Amino acid sequence: MELPIAKDFRKFKGPEFYEAEFSEYFLLPFKFHRINDEKEVLVNEVGDFLIVPIGTARRIASRDIQKDELLYEDLFANSFISNKPIPDLIDVLATRYRTKKSFLDDFTALHIFVVSLRCNHSCHYCQVSRVSENRQEFDISIEDLTSGIEHMFRSPSPSITMEFQGGEPLLAFDRVKFGVEYALKLNETFKKDITFVVCTNATVFTDEILEFCKEHQIIISTSLDGPEFLHNANRPKSGAKSYQMVIDGINRARNQLGEDQVSALMTTTSLSLEYPIEIIDNYIENGFSNIFLRPISPYGFALKNSKKNRYHTEKYLEFYKKGLKYIIELNKQGVFFVEDYTTIILKKILTPFPVSYVDLQSPAGMINNVVVFNYDGYVYATDESRMLAEQGDFTFRLGHVKDNYRSIFYGEKARFLSQYWSNESLAGCADCGLQSYCGADPVFHYAAQGDFEGYRPTSDFCIKNMEIIRHIFDLLDSDGKALMPIFNSWINNRPRYQ
Amino acid sequence: MIQLRTRGIPINITETLIKVSYINAVGELVCFSPSLNKTVLLSTGVPPLERHLVIAAIPSLKDFGIGDILLISPNGTISSLFREQSAHNTLFITDRCNSNCLMCSQPPKNTDDLDYFFEINSQLIRMLPPDLKELGITGGEPTILGSRFITLLELITEYLPNTAIHILTNGRSFAWKNVAQAIQKVCNPNLVFGIPLYSDYYQQHDYIVQAKGAFNQTILGFHNMARYGQRLELRIVLHKQTYKRLPSLAKYIFMNLPFVEHIALMGLEYTGYTPKNSDLLWMEPSEYADELEEAVSFLDGMGLAVSIYNLQLCLLKPSLWKFARKSISDWKQEYLNECSRCSLVAECGGVFATSKKHSGKIKAIAK
Ligand code: SF4
Ligand code: SF4
Repeated sequence: MELPIAKDFRKFKGPEFYEAEFSEYFLLPFKFHRINDEKEVLVNEVGDFLIVPIGTARRIASRDIQKDELLYEDLFANSFISNKPIPDLIDVLATRYRTKKSFLDDFTALHIFVVSLRCNHSCHYCQVSRVSENRQEFDISIEDLTSGIEHMFRSPSPSITMEFQGGEPLLAFDRVKFGVEYALKLNETFKKDITFVVCTNATVFTDEILEFCKEHQIIISTSLDGPEFLHNANRPKSGAKSYQMVIDGINRARNQLGEDQVSALMTTTSLSLEYPIEIIDNYIENGFSNIFLRPISPYGFALKNSKKNRYHTEKYLEFYKKGLKYIIELNKQGVFFVEDYTTIILKKILTPFPVSYVDLQSPAGMINNVVVFNYDGYVYATDESRMLAEQGDFTFRLGHVKDNYRSIFYGEKARFLSQYWSNESLAGCADCGLQSYCGADPVFHYAAQGDFEGYRPTSDFCIKNMEIIRHIFDLLDSDGKALMPIFNSWINNRPRYQ
Repeated sequence: MIQLRTRGIPINITETLIKVSYINAVGELVCFSPSLNKTVLLSTGVPPLERHLVIAAIPSLKDFGIGDILLISPNGTISSLFREQSAHNTLFITDRCNSNCLMCSQPPKNTDDLDYFFEINSQLIRMLPPDLKELGITGGEPTILGSRFITLLELITEYLPNTAIHILTNGRSFAWKNVAQAIQKVCNPNLVFGIPLYSDYYQQHDYIVQAKGAFNQTILGFHNMARYGQRLELRIVLHKQTYKRLPSLAKYIFMNLPFVEHIALMGLEYTGYTPKNSDLLWMEPSEYADELEEAVSFLDGMGLAVSIYNLQLCLLKPSLWKFARKSISDWKQEYLNECSRCSLVAECGGVFATSKKHSGKIKAIAK
């Protein structure tokens, strides 16, 4: 530990003396992607990036970068090049990589329970719900619910989310109630950190339901599609005003449970695509400080109709950009309002932390972070998987709640799917510059392209995400100085001026 | 500025640590030496000779007070090691260092002083008030003490279990995992290690600290210490060699060292090596104001705790005022004449009395 100190050591030496000796720099793994007419982004293995003039990647690879260029220092400091084939700080990179992927450490956290397929709405994009009174057939049985909950507690994750979905889960409130109570009972032994969420259309609240939600701090996640005309057009309910009902429901829940216990999700339809500004304004009017400009769900349409899908993707990207631009303007004027999808991607780009978002991660969220227990007792890899099942395709069925944990979560099906869930090893993604920020979605590619691996050049998943991520980099490049404080406030979810 | 050292005429004095017990009727300091188990008298005059342990004819005693701990030597020197009234007390470990920073305010010496200071510090720790709030540990490079550095930390943990301990180290020793592990074994949650990082580019950092390989060692040191659960502060000195990459360094810190609990950006103290290397280092703080603002607002925006030390409010952009701390130790802090007309003098940390040069742009801020 002690260093011998020679007299000479105290004589000051110039910077040259401290330069590592090597003839030519070595390349560390990195990729690149063009972001506009002048710039490309370089991205290394752990997601650190540099925005540089087009052609820089080529210059780096041809060992053209000179030591007196500022870029040389940047490349060195950000682990794009090194003085050794294996850099001295390789352990730091390893820690960074482990950190980025640490959303895998705890295994499944989100457990979705489809407690009933019945619904009081008949939304035309909804593929699953039934307006049926047949409880026997469409509500989960207490037995299956019990087995599902027991599986949930077999997850190694110290924190779990139990999410009730439907149909309209509150039409089977007895199941929700039983589920929460049974989970809490088991948790006396397991002592996990549990969050409860109910995804509801907010039109069937009773005092009993809200009191129960309050008692157990259940988060209400509801659907709000935007202004009245749009919401009602998306969600016809015979003989009633759907919009007014959901707003009343939101307010009632907020009053009883507290502002932050109620969130809203928007479903994007072809009609919605025409009204990004109106939808955002509506969210603000209704007191929300965030919105998720979600892509149009391909599961609601003819999945294999690629022409129609492409059209929707193009329209969606316009919608997203227009909406994002508007939201950024609002923030510049001092309104704190967050776009959620952008924030997820920004977290991946701008922070060293893991971002677990089941629809955009690699390895994919399926099984690793989410699992679905369906009303009929079958277990599915994702929410979309059970929608496919409603159309008669059981490809992503992992098993039945009655099966043992290993066979569901580590069984043959899970192992088969694991071949396709890491974009690091998917053709096209493997050498894509945006890979670190993107994800893998075998369910989508199977459904849309009939191929678990998928074909990137015509994949709407790829086209959408590549363009959104590129767009975000383009914004960072063109207006970074003004945008960084806003983006930071989104990432940390706190207004800029406290 | 407070005098921490003075000298009188020694009468029967051997080297020992004494603690001031009280001030007697004639204004002499009556002290006690635990190692000798005897009373020692410090006086400005010549006290009656029957008092056999005395330092007499000391020019002034005004900078010593009750509870202070002093080191007295056979040649009559008195050095204050602990001031009861101060919030800036430190244990000095050694003058030696394995780096040789261009801007070192207390240039290292190659003397063999490890045993000497170790003995003093082992005694001093036992004499400190157990309710002490804060204590610094500094050098030179404290970890040069090797395993006895751990011994000191153990002593501190035993005698000062509730004291916040702030250790200034270049962190290079922590590149060896066993060192970080040994510190973890001390099991003291009140230790914070303040470690400097001057650039995200190895050559620049190595040049500033004048030691090859220092950057890699320091970065590994940060990671090892984090792995073993230690609390870390990162320190940056602002000058001509560091300001350009400041925004890149801020990004590097967030991406690679996000576990540091505090980042201190510090103005230059114009003393020690700095005047000698003035051409390489000195610049008006106004000239790096943009880089400083960018770095600070980035780190703050990312939720890291940031402070600015040693920079006067009149030299900072108002957006950064809330990050400025009164950081200059009380004994070497002062205000300039200009400050008497300044409306912010109460909030401002003033200047280093030890600096041989101040910014030419210090200017009173009107209400
Ligand atoms: S899906 Fe497309 S954008 Fe995403 S990683 Fe694969 S190739 Fe890149
Ligand atoms: S004039 Fe003096 S007190 Fe006022 S801000 Fe400047 S240094 Fe501080």
